[in-house]
Amino acid sequence: MDLTTNYMGLTLQHPIIASASPLSGTLDGIKRLEDGGSAAVVMFSLFEEQIRHENDAFSHLMESGTQSFAESLSYFPDVDEYQVGPESYLELLQQASEAVDVPIIASLNCVTGDGWIDYAKQMQQAGADGLELNIYSVEPDLDATSDELEQRYIDILKAVKSTVSIPVALKLSPFFSAMGNMAKRLDEAGADALVLFNRFYQPDIDIQDLEVKPSLGLSSAGEIRLPLLWIAILHGKLNASLAATRGVENPDEVIKYLLAGADAVMTTSSLLRHGPAYTNTLLEGLKAWMEARRFSSVKQVRGSMSRAKVANPAAFERANYIRVLESYQSAYI
Amino acid sequence: MKPSQVTTLEGNEAVAYIAYRVNEVCAIYPITPSSTMAELADQWASEGKTNIWGNIPLVVEMQSEGGAAGTVHGALQTGALTTTFTASQGLLLMIPNMYKMAGELTSAVLHVAARSLAAQGLSIFGDHSDVAAVRHTGFAQLASSTVQEGHDMALMAQASSLEGRIPFIHFFDGFRTSHEVNKLSLIPDEDIRAMINAEQVRAHRGRGLSPDNPFIRGTAQNPDVYFQARETVNPFYVRLPSIVQQKMDAFAELTGRKYQLFDYYGHPEAERVVVIIGSAAQTLIETVNYLNKQGEKVGVINVRLCLPFSAEHFIKVIPSTVKSIAVMDRIKAPGSTGEPLYGDVVTVLAEAYASGTLPTATIPRITGGRYGLSSKEFTPAMAKAVLDELKKDQPKNHFTVGINDDVSHSSLDYDPSFDIEPDEVVRALFIGLGADGTVGANKNSIKIIGESTPLHAQGYFVYDSKKSGSRTVSHVRFGPNPINSPYLIHSASFIGCHQFVFAEKIDVLENARQGATFLLNSPYGPEEVWDKLPRSLQQSLIDKDIQFYVIDASKVALETGMGNRTNTIMQTCFFAISGVLPREEAIGKIKESIKKTYGKKGEDVVKKNYVAVDQTLAKLYKIDLPKEANGLIDIPPIVPSQAPEFVQNVTAMMMSGKGDQLPVSAMPIDGTYPSGTTQWEKRNISAFVPVWEPDICIQCGNCSFVCPHGVIRSKFYPESRLNNAPENFKSAQINARGFPDIRYTLQVYAEDCTGCSLCVEVCPAKSLQQSGVKAINMKPKEPILQQERTNIGFFEGIPFNDRSKVDFSSVRGAQFLEPLFEFSGACAGCGETPYVRLLSQLFGDRLIMANATGCSSIYGGNLPTTPWTKNAEGRGPAWSNSLFEDNAEFGLGFRLSVDKHTELANQLALELKGEINPALIDDILEATQITESQIRQQRIRVAELKAALIQLDTEKAKDLLSVVDHLVRRSIWIMGGDGWAYDIGSSGVDHVLASGRNINILVLDTEVYSNTGGQMSKSTPMGAVAKFAAGGKPLAKKDLALQAISYGSVYVARIAMGANAQQTLLALREAEAYPGPSLVLAYSHCIAHGINMEHGLKQQDLAVASGHWPLIRYNPALRESDKNPFVLDSPRPTIKLKDYAFNELRYKMLSRSHPVESEQLMALAQKVVNQKWEIYEEMASGSGARFHPDASVKQTSKKQGS
Repeated sequence: MDLTTNYMGLTLQHPIIASASPLSGTLDGIKRLEDGGSAAVVMFSLFEEQIRHENDAFSHLMESGTQSFAESLSYFPDVDEYQVGPESYLELLQQASEAVDVPIIASLNCVTGDGWIDYAKQMQQAGADGLELNIYSVEPDLDATSDELEQRYIDILKAVKSTVSIPVALKLSPFFSAMGNMAKRLDEAGADALVLFNRFYQPDIDIQDLEVKPSLGLSSAGEIRLPLLWIAILHGKLNASLAATRGVENPDEVIKYLLAGADAVMTTSSLLRHGPAYTNTLLEGLKAWMEARRFSSVKQVRGSMSRAKVANPAAFERANYIRVLESYQSAYI
Repeated sequence: MKPSQVTTLEGNEAVAYIAYRVNEVCAIYPITPSSTMAELADQWASEGKTNIWGNIPLVVEMQSEGGAAGTVHGALQTGALTTTFTASQGLLLMIPNMYKMAGELTSAVLHVAARSLAAQGLSIFGDHSDVAAVRHTGFAQLASSTVQEGHDMALMAQASSLEGRIPFIHFFDGFRTSHEVNKLSLIPDEDIRAMINAEQVRAHRGRGLSPDNPFIRGTAQNPDVYFQARETVNPFYVRLPSIVQQKMDAFAELTGRKYQLFDYYGHPEAERVVVIIGSAAQTLIETVNYLNKQGEKVGVINVRLCLPFSAEHFIKVIPSTVKSIAVMDRIKAPGSTGEPLYGDVVTVLAEAYASGTLPTATIPRITGGRYGLSSKEFTPAMAKAVLDELKKDQPKNHFTVGINDDVSHSSLDYDPSFDIEPDEVVRALFIGLGADGTVGANKNSIKIIGESTPLHAQGYFVYDSKKSGSRTVSHVRFGPNPINSPYLIHSASFIGCHQFVFAEKIDVLENARQGATFLLNSPYGPEEVWDKLPRSLQQSLIDKDIQFYVIDASKVALETGMGNRTNTIMQTCFFAISGVLPREEAIGKIKESIKKTYGKKGEDVVKKNYVAVDQTLAKLYKIDLPKEANGLIDIPPIVPSQAPEFVQNVTAMMMSGKGDQLPVSAMPIDGTYPSGTTQWEKRNISAFVPVWEPDICIQCGNCSFVCPHGVIRSKFYPESRLNNAPENFKSAQINARGFPDIRYTLQVYAEDCTGCSLCVEVCPAKSLQQSGVKAINMKPKEPILQQERTNIGFFEGIPFNDRSKVDFSSVRGAQFLEPLFEFSGACAGCGETPYVRLLSQLFGDRLIMANATGCSSIYGGNLPTTPWTKNAEGRGPAWSNSLFEDNAEFGLGFRLSVDKHTELANQLALELKGEINPALIDDILEATQITESQIRQQRIRVAELKAALIQLDTEKAKDLLSVVDHLVRRSIWIMGGDGWAYDIGSSGVDHVLASGRNINILVLDTEVYSNTGGQMSKSTPMGAVAKFAAGGKPLAKKDLALQAISYGSVYVARIAMGANAQQTLLALREAEAYPGPSLVLAYSHCIAHGINMEHGLKQQDLAVASGHWPLIRYNPALRESDKNPFVLDSPRPTIKLKDYAFNELRYKMLSRSHPVESEQLMALAQKVVNQKWEIYEEMASGSGARFHPDASVKQTSKKQGS
């Protein structure tokens, strides 16, 4: 049985990838992901903003209270050999790319143009097999138009593509009015893969303390629908690979994503719940299903229920709506 | 001779640079102002920098200077080239070893940033008291008078010591030289090697102890030989001056810089000459040159080799024309015939006269004088006064200069307007806040100009006496020639006022020369700023014809994304308008420097700074001065008119920066100052203050319990008191049943608040409707300031609640106790002062405090104003600081004195029983004095007894009156930081705990030397970075609690207010009540932890939750009732150590500099925590039978009769 797949130009032994998560925060963690069966590992995201914030905090605290009192003009040794940038991330990336056989995809989230370019370049140098741009922004400015925001994605992608030679994926949010067109534009701008979809930080409100609380739980199987829909629609229409992420709990979700047209399926929640070795369980489930259905390769499975292939394509666009409309009528009368 | 590298360095670094290169071992201990040298040595070692032999010196921090000296001695005796750095009391602690080192002819150099000794008061500033105090140890003494000389003489001393075998003290003026930044030429390593004779280094090693060549050194000698053996060294001392001169000559060959043992400057036929040591020689050189140009004939001898004092070399440099000589010492030797240099010169000249070798026809008239104690200014005006005095037929002898001695009339008058600074020198003063980066920016400007242009630069920085909201004044000079003016700028050509508030409060143009440039950071634009200035400032601007510029630096910073960093903006303004460099060139240099500083942080940070620079130039406005000062604003008085006389006349002068003008007669004669003076200094340092919401408040008292500055106070009172209350005075129904007519007010002393917001952090009461609103919230002060002044006035009129009616046992109750420690100058959000304030509330009216030197002695006792105060009855803590190392013993002395006088009072009372109401005596002697109401009753009885004794008026009655107050139980506390308790005072603490006496020790444990700037102590935890532990501390902290518990008779508690305030309160009260020794270790978050101080209490909580700081109480008294005396007050750790630690820079630093080591150390530290917890848990479980009974309790109880 041929489980191999091509994702963003990388040949993977099978389509299941460990997505960006704390599991890839250490070399040991990355090794365990490989041992657990992941075909590739997306490293946790390097956040430029966080690096900047930490640097600012670092300088602020180093200088706090200094040059004020004659006896204590400073409080810390003045050693300037510090990591102020992404050194530790890059070091881990380098170690990981040397230590494991599966491809390592570095993940990047930046807030400035320079950041995207500098960090992308350094990630390539550190041995990343691919890059995943984790573009994430909630735009509270009511004057910012969708055009401007969309252009930002295109600009970032083009800037990074012109800087690195390794493949570049974009992890997207689902909140584009014209998701299909956006995917097409990104494809044209040179994206090697689109990862659908990002799970946003959506804060909650604590009604006891009247405080806004961060809330980011693990995903559940019910969440696969939106990515599933768009993968089914986009499959076969782009040069870019498609990766599905969100809601993988069982082999069923992997199968569904592949049927819809995903080149790769990413998961974090199930690995956090069951451990890195759960990839093998997912894989075994996929294999068993393929055997039972007599599929001989993932290639065969992929996209066989995409919008282009299913008997009733409209079901992807209006499925829920149609069901609701129809349900008050008996199917049999 | 090769051109050497030119750089700008601080004096300390210039010296340490050499010391590090020519030594193999450094044994160090921090003491101001020498600490930087030791810190640099440690830092360089951790960075792998090598000495001239290519190896990294071993740098070891010791527990005290005494320890450092012992280690230095040991390392020298085993052949290593060894040094140390110290000052003041530190040098005194080295004396015993210094005799040994010199007696054994040991080649070594100690580098001393010379500092005052603590006498009537401590001083961290510079004079020669310390080096003068060790003149008899046998060490040679070589002095430097500039930063360059410090660099050069450090090498000269080392080279000479290796050849001459006499150990050296190389010293330079503390602060004035140690902290001055100046341009200098570095000595290249090949020149250092050329100066250090390799054979002599090997010979030094060869003299070391070795089992391969065994001998003994350090014998005990008897009357038959000790004397002769002591005389064997004489030839070495005779030879030494020539050796030093040879080294100076060799050095001149290498570097072109020429030195003499005694350097004479001035007229070749001078008639009047001053002999002087150290930086003041430079003032004299400038003055002498100036006066000689005016036609006078004067000179100065700069003494470099002070000991051995070479008569031969000295005589040679005296002009044969000299008629009178003034010898100036920077020390005070009370009761002597004169200070040491004066003594040397008199002796040398008298002996020369007697032997006929004097170059002059007759012996010149010699006078001695004192100057410059504790960094007192020594200016050209004072130098001129000394030279002028020598013109007189009967010049004053044993004079002083620089002060007004209206008691002994020793002082010389001088004309302060005498100004000889050349016009070519740009003299700039910058007035800023410690927190605003002004000093850093100026140091950067000096670097820019000193290192990238041919100009010379000098910087000296004057700091405040407070640790929060402190003012800094930078004195910076730039000019075409070397600048060695070791005095403050009094005629500035440029004045930068970096905070508008200073323009409103002080005379910022006091030191501006005519036509100077004044740059003001002003929130008011060019159109409105004039009307916002005090009238006196307007007048000065007009009178002095000042070029006046304004910029709203805060606004520019905000608009250009620089946040609150205004320093780059102010620095740019200075470069743009000061004329130090052509404007374009100057701006170019700033940008270069920005690239250098921020390049590593990314291009956009650099760009952001560039934009700020460009925007600055666009927003800098020159103001045309109106013809008249028409302002309506006056500079407010320093202290209010109701302040006591001493505060009005003396304290206020110090507060206004005019303390130099106070005459000797204004000073207390024995170091005794009145309590409670911070209340008169309304510092108004925070723009935001807490505002109370009575409707939300649950009156828990947490906010006032944690307030580090004593600015939050609560009272309850009958409602009728509100009849005349100001309109906005806030109150609430007291939150207790059964008191319908009682109101509660929580008053914030807004003008004294530092804005730390710990109160808001700790407040548990939240609004039911509004998100983020608590019962106390930070709000802008300005809009409420006037109303709060009125409210505070009214609040002060409400009496504090009767101590006997307050519940001492709860946090809620403690808020009603009057703080007798208030408004200290500690850091905003200090983690120590809440404990100190609480002590003052609980026991303040019967408290005697021995305070070890350190942060607590500085915020507790640094003039001008001090926070320990008294209550309406005139009672309050009696406080004293002796030294750093001796505090436990000092406090034990208090106890013994109190015990003796209590015993005496008891005895006299018994003896007088027949003459006074016997029942009263019985009641007094048998009184139990545990609770506050019992103490209150005893006070009433003692007052009755006093009245009776006055009536009686016999000798015995008078005797009893002199000790009768001891009949009310006193509370003896010994307090200090971990540097004291764990390190330098450790043996004293141990001994006092073992004494069995009723003393209480409070250790304010910040786990680092906070006051001297963050050096490692034995309390520093594993994995934390500190100075002297730049690579992270590899060992776990000492468990002082377990050590003390091992005695079995010591009450021990470990507390952390932020984790469990109730346990803190309980432990302090139990400790005080326990009749034997008590030790309380209080976790004190600190700015040296590298935290946002606002989160200090949260970190305390996490320290406990992680098991780093388990809360414990060990009460030996519980053994009497067969209970387990060891109580574990905190629950099992709920978080990992790193979840606490990595919120702090001290831990996080290592994870950034040495990630692997950090991870390893943190894993090990976690193991230590786990293991320790198991031990504690085991100790706390089961019966107390494992702990031996507390024998001391009964004994002490008997002694105390309680």
